[in-house]
Amino acid sequence: MMQSRVIGFENEVTGGNVSDLKQTPLHELHVELGARMVPFAGYDMPVQYKLGVMKEHLHTRAKAGLFDVSHMGQVIVTGADYAAAARALETLIPVDILGLAENRQRYGLFTRDDGGICDDLMLANRGDHVLLVVNAACKDADMAHLKTLEPAVTVTPVTDRALIALQGPAAEEVLAALDPRAAEMAFMDVATLDLDGVEAWVSRSGYTGEDGYEISVPEGAAQAIARRLLDHDAVEPIGLGARDSLRLEAGLCLYGHDIDTMTSPVEAALGWAIQKVRREGGAREGGYPGAEVVMRQMRRGCDHLRVGLRPEGRAPMREGVELFAEPEGGKPIGRITSGGFGPSVETPVAMGYLPTDLSAVGTRVYGELRGKRVPVTVTALPFIPARFKRKPAKAQA
Amino acid sequence: MKFTEEHEWLRPEDDIVVVGITEHATEQLGDLVFVELPEAGATVVKDDEIVVIESVKAASDICAPLDGEIVEVNEALADNPALVNEDPLGNGWFFKIRPADPEQMDGYMDEAAYKAMIA
Repeated sequence: MMQSRVIGFENEVTGGNVSDLKQTPLHELHVELGARMVPFAGYDMPVQYKLGVMKEHLHTRAKAGLFDVSHMGQVIVTGADYAAAARALETLIPVDILGLAENRQRYGLFTRDDGGICDDLMLANRGDHVLLVVNAACKDADMAHLKTLEPAVTVTPVTDRALIALQGPAAEEVLAALDPRAAEMAFMDVATLDLDGVEAWVSRSGYTGEDGYEISVPEGAAQAIARRLLDHDAVEPIGLGARDSLRLEAGLCLYGHDIDTMTSPVEAALGWAIQKVRREGGAREGGYPGAEVVMRQMRRGCDHLRVGLRPEGRAPMREGVELFAEPEGGKPIGRITSGGFGPSVETPVAMGYLPTDLSAVGTRVYGELRGKRVPVTVTALPFIPARFKRKPAKAQA
Repeated sequence: MKFTEEHEWLRPEDDIVVVGITEHATEQLGDLVFVELPEAGATVVKDDEIVVIESVKAASDICAPLDGEIVEVNEALADNPALVNEDPLGNGWFFKIRPADPEQMDGYMDEAAYKAMIA
């Protein structure tokens, strides 16, 4: 029993003693709220609070959850103007940054020369600069990578701000009570809001499949803002455990698991993130590391694809479970990259890679669990319908 | 009633022993979403991993606390693993074992010793 393994976190645990762990500006609040703390990407982070992973997950989908994501890296890139910064970033990131409208955000990837992904991130056009949000475990490598763009642009890590996510159907009501302009934002809009006199850099986005916001505030004000949001009846604090089950049901990739240096954007089924203008024949085609590989895969397809997977029965299939084409015999054809029980869908859910000819929705394969082959069906992602407050199509930038 | 260091409870009923996990264990694990039990009739050896339990984020193995024969398992847990969280010492029991060597029970803690261990 005590060999109990908290799954999905071990890869993020960096070496060194627990005493070497960094703390976010909300650390004291987590402890006060009774969080169970675990090492994650070099930080002492809350994996769950008193409600527990299951109830925290369901609460976020029903009302609103508050997440401390201050461990993630915030980086400002400036140039002579926004366009100069965007052009420089486009040499590392295969998405349309130049064409991103002011006060809009989009998803992006850092690629390598072989087409592998070194990180995924969010990019926002904040007028005179680009604001990036990168994964905690990758932020040092990303900074080194970004520094290669200097001196054409200036790359500045933001180390004095916390990042708080407020996610769920009640998020709008909760944040709009502090600044009504929150309600006017659409999915992937960014704005500077005034939360009790504190300057907050806010995006209407998240990592749960729900409507919600990510809120960057000065570290000294973070606890007060978090407490103010938690004062609302609809809001509960949510740990990394539920953050993982929420993003999994939403079909969102976790870097280091579902995507890494061995997977390309095309294999990862993230081709949608590469806008037409950066694709073959586009006005600014290629020009990023691995462009040849990515464009060839977009043209001809690739051998393996990331898919959604629904195991039969109740047994969760976790990362590392091998997939087979047949109920017995044969060699593994693929592998689960993240999986667990989906509290909202009430079945096990997973993502993994399969050969392209076995990747169509409805295809049945088998996962090997404790020596037994259990049927697994390829399923469309996300597992739950996304509930973003999208901008009407005609008004879309 | 006896307790193991692995947070199992053992309750003798005539010549068999009912086994489950303690409330403290369920609090540590969180809400269970899956329980896999051994087959009734199986012969097990102490420390064999015979039960798999999973919460949303964690998987754990439960070991046989005694040598013996599994005479009955709690089939209700297959469809409703939450019974373990709701009633760990009652409806959330895992299996009943007929001990090959009842004296193995003597090596386990009584309730006071277990409470002292988790305090």
